[in-house]
Amino acid sequence: MLATIVVVAIATAAVTALLVNIFERKSEARQPLTRLVEVTEDTTDPARWGINFPRQYDSYLRTAEATRTRFGGHGGSEALPEQKIERDPWLQRMFRGYAFAIDYRDRRGHAYMLEDQEQTERQTKPQTGSCLHCHASIMPLYRELGDGDAMAGFAKSYQYSYKELNAKLHDLGHAHPVSCVDCHDPDTMALRVTRPGFIYGIQALAEGDAEVPHLPTVQKWRAGSRSAPYDPNVDANRTEMRSFVCAQCHVEYYCANKMTLTFPWGDGMTADDVETFWNNITFDDGQRFFDYKHAETGAEILKAQHPEYELWSQGIHARSGVACADCHMPYQREGASKVSDHWVRSPLLNVNRACQTCHRVDEDEILSRVDAIQQRNFDLLQRGGAALMDLLDAVQKAKADGATADQLRPALELQRKAQWRLDFIAAENSMGFHAPQEAARVLGEAADYARQGQVAAINWRDGGSVSLAATSAE
Amino acid sequence: MSVARTTDRENAGRRLQKFVAVLAVLVGILLGVGGYTFLYAEGLSYMSDDPEVCVNCHIMQPQFDSWQKSSHHAVAVCVDCHLPHDVIGKYVAKAENGWHHSKGFTLQDFHEPIMIKDPNARILQNNCLACHEDLVHQLAVGVNGPAEEVRCVHCHVTVGHGETTGLGGPEP
Repeated sequence: MLATIVVVAIATAAVTALLVNIFERKSEARQPLTRLVEVTEDTTDPARWGINFPRQYDSYLRTAEATRTRFGGHGGSEALPEQKIERDPWLQRMFRGYAFAIDYRDRRGHAYMLEDQEQTERQTKPQTGSCLHCHASIMPLYRELGDGDAMAGFAKSYQYSYKELNAKLHDLGHAHPVSCVDCHDPDTMALRVTRPGFIYGIQALAEGDAEVPHLPTVQKWRAGSRSAPYDPNVDANRTEMRSFVCAQCHVEYYCANKMTLTFPWGDGMTADDVETFWNNITFDDGQRFFDYKHAETGAEILKAQHPEYELWSQGIHARSGVACADCHMPYQREGASKVSDHWVRSPLLNVNRACQTCHRVDEDEILSRVDAIQQRNFDLLQRGGAALMDLLDAVQKAKADGATADQLRPALELQRKAQWRLDFIAAENSMGFHAPQEAARVLGEAADYARQGQVAAINWRDGGSVSLAATSAE
Repeated sequence: MSVARTTDRENAGRRLQKFVAVLAVLVGILLGVGGYTFLYAEGLSYMSDDPEVCVNCHIMQPQFDSWQKSSHHAVAVCVDCHLPHDVIGKYVAKAENGWHHSKGFTLQDFHEPIMIKDPNARILQNNCLACHEDLVHQLAVGVNGPAEEVRCVHCHVTVGHGETTGLGGPEP
């Protein structure tokens, strides 16, 4: 008798538990958002936004975790990531004469962008305030410098030293790495871009005539009246914005003290387009554009930053309408809320959400496809590095044999071209994946120019001819 | 002696009465809570063919939203593609999926993104053919039998749910 009662009681308890569970699931679907604190354009502290948006903030905090993939990142227990220039000595030699020859490590997550920059040994050389454009939540400081006008403040910022501007940043209380306010409107939470460098850069791209098949609103703007400059915050569609916010920083730029921070997109975004843009720039002192003079050869070198956005723009994912955030910040479900993952990281660490929503093959297969692409790129890159080292050796030998700067000029021009292409792919953080075919094309050209430069250095007596006939005659 | 016997019988009768009373209350509570739970969970709606029913649980919201943007939106609702068309098969599949979905959603132990399982993919394929067989019967059936059968949605992936970004697919 008692047993019957117990069974009925347990059944009732189970049904009640189910009722509560259904209630919880139904509550989830109502998606409550409670704005507990006010956030404004000057709220750079992500923790304050985190009070209103705890889900996004939770994942944002995880960018402090060490992650690594086969070709990128830092997963060791040691405090700082490995030195790239020790792992690949040709990189160190390529950068001689530039601070990257002193300290150039694997990356860490967004959480470390400011701290890592403050502590890099590159700071033993004078650095410009321009660097903070992308390493801090900088907009309030730009407004302060420009008396309320951020664009005016930005225009002044390159004249400050890094240490001076960074001190101001700390004094104003805005010493935070990339923060919510950099990509979100504090009133509506809509995606928006804030960085002046990007806004000028994308305007220049729109005004140029480079093909932009992956940017439909730029095409639309070009076809329109052009009465106002292209404004990404007004003209761009949502898919574009989900890449533009990343393109505020993950790009190639000039970042030193001779002129303002510049995104080189006026002639287009391929390695060749950007090279053309730089070659057409002359500094105020009358010199042609270069980032540094190579310490061994004296060549005027173009240093590539990290042209992720530019290389991705040449690839199949861009052409197919896939945005940066689709793979690097894929949607995830929490309760009934669809939240984009703010733990920005390699898609290889999140294949399920990043790749498999479109690519319906198993995870091992996807990882192995990516590995094949990256391995091919890596092999080509190493070949290019070896070719460049041979060029440098040939120049050293020619110098020792008495070659003059004039006689070596053709070789050094080829060094500039070769290094630009090699660095464009080496500094880019996808090991070729963002646009494999384009990466291979650029590396092919890099190796070709390096070998031509080597021949030109060997032929210094014949005016730096790149003809092998001259070599054999010698 | 006879007095004691009467008391025993009376005691047993009273105990039985008490037990029945307690059981009646408990069964009443069970029926009440159970009935309310069924009502609250919109249990009856699952007997219908209304697509809205499939988003009773929010987990199917992206599938529902994307179906509304797809080319088949005007000609087929959820059950037209995802359940067999014969009456018995339909309710067997409903029961089977109902059990899996309820269990998964209650325990929150399912694979995300949601992916269609093989038996359901088979139902889907049959339903493609139910309308389009006249056009494709030479294509759909493999030369050497069903193992080589081509799944329609392998290529026509967008017909039911539009572009698939953000949705799951079949299990690899």
